[in-house]
Amino acid sequence: MSKFAKKKDGEVPAVSTASLPDIVFMLLFFFMTVTVMKDSSLKVENSLPSADQIKKLEKKDRVLTIYVGKPTPEYTKVFGTESKIQLNDKFADASDVGPYILMERAKKSEDLQNVLTTSLKVDKGANMGIISDIKQELRKVNALKVNYTTSSGDAFSNMQ
Amino acid sequence: MIDRNEVPKVNAGSMADIAFLLLIFFLVTTSIETDAGISRMLPKLPDKTNKPAVKLERNILRVSINASGELMVDNKVIPITELKSQTIAFLDNGGASQSEEGYCNYCQGQRDAKSSESPQEAVVSLSSDRQTSYGTYITVQNELAAAYNTLRNREAQRLYKIDFTEMEALYKNSETPIASKALWKQRIKKMKNLFPMKLSEAELK
Repeated sequence: MSKFAKKKDGEVPAVSTASLPDIVFMLLFFFMTVTVMKDSSLKVENSLPSADQIKKLEKKDRVLTIYVGKPTPEYTKVFGTESKIQLNDKFADASDVGPYILMERAKKSEDLQNVLTTSLKVDKGANMGIISDIKQELRKVNALKVNYTTSSGDAFSNMQ
Repeated sequence: MIDRNEVPKVNAGSMADIAFLLLIFFLVTTSIETDAGISRMLPKLPDKTNKPAVKLERNILRVSINASGELMVDNKVIPITELKSQTIAFLDNGGASQSEEGYCNYCQGQRDAKSSESPQEAVVSLSSDRQTSYGTYITVQNELAAAYNTLRNREAQRLYKIDFTEMEALYKNSETPIASKALWKQRIKKMKNLFPMKLSEAELK
């Protein structure tokens, strides 16, 4: 008779999943906005050093990236454990850096060619010798703007 | 009978699956990239026309890092935590006397006759070993940058009541109106002239 009497004992009401798509879409949009497409897969170990006096690199189309670090375990058999340079998807020597920069510069539109920055993403365990070689090559092709890309954090944590 | 005026309902049950699929696709193909760091200008290759400038020894702060990451500043081994204060003391020294050309009227340093004449003359010379680890090098670069930023912040606070680093952030911010950007640009330039960053790096052998 009363409207309360209808309820059967022990029956758990089903959880409504109607808002599930909304939640997932929210996550999707979050990831779409904060991440960028990978343009090359890393073949070297790349744990960046940290620093606190850093400036953000503004425009992504004006940045060329050079990775340096020890080859990852799957490549150590072929390339050894010494620090290596990775340009695009390939391992390279210091002497390949100049031609790579020139090639990448030629791909950019003319008004960007003079404002390019080279971002050096170097593993903190790498030696300065290889960095010095790269810088020498960059000077030869007149790519003078460099950015030592770091994560933000306490700089003294780099020293162990 | 089917009611022809009623709009048929679309079954939205698979919406979640579609969204999950898209989400997983983006998770796999993208990465969160770090795009901040310490920016530096490399020097041009020397040619026949530009001769290396000759500097007085008092105007050079020699910083060297050895293979095991130890630091030597002006022939003394010091812990890396002291590099910042040493660099500030050197840059801010203002050793030129009032009657001399290049007297630094905003310096607050010791006015030591053996240290730098003025911030405009002061040069930091950084040398490292081929075996020095990159992490140590970045720490040193970071501390040198911190020394310059501290001094520039001090002067910016004195003149404009705002930090130098904050001015730079405002200048780079795309929401800042163009009119005030010109002002920030001019002020940043002035700060950089008060403490110009002169960092010389030796080629490694």
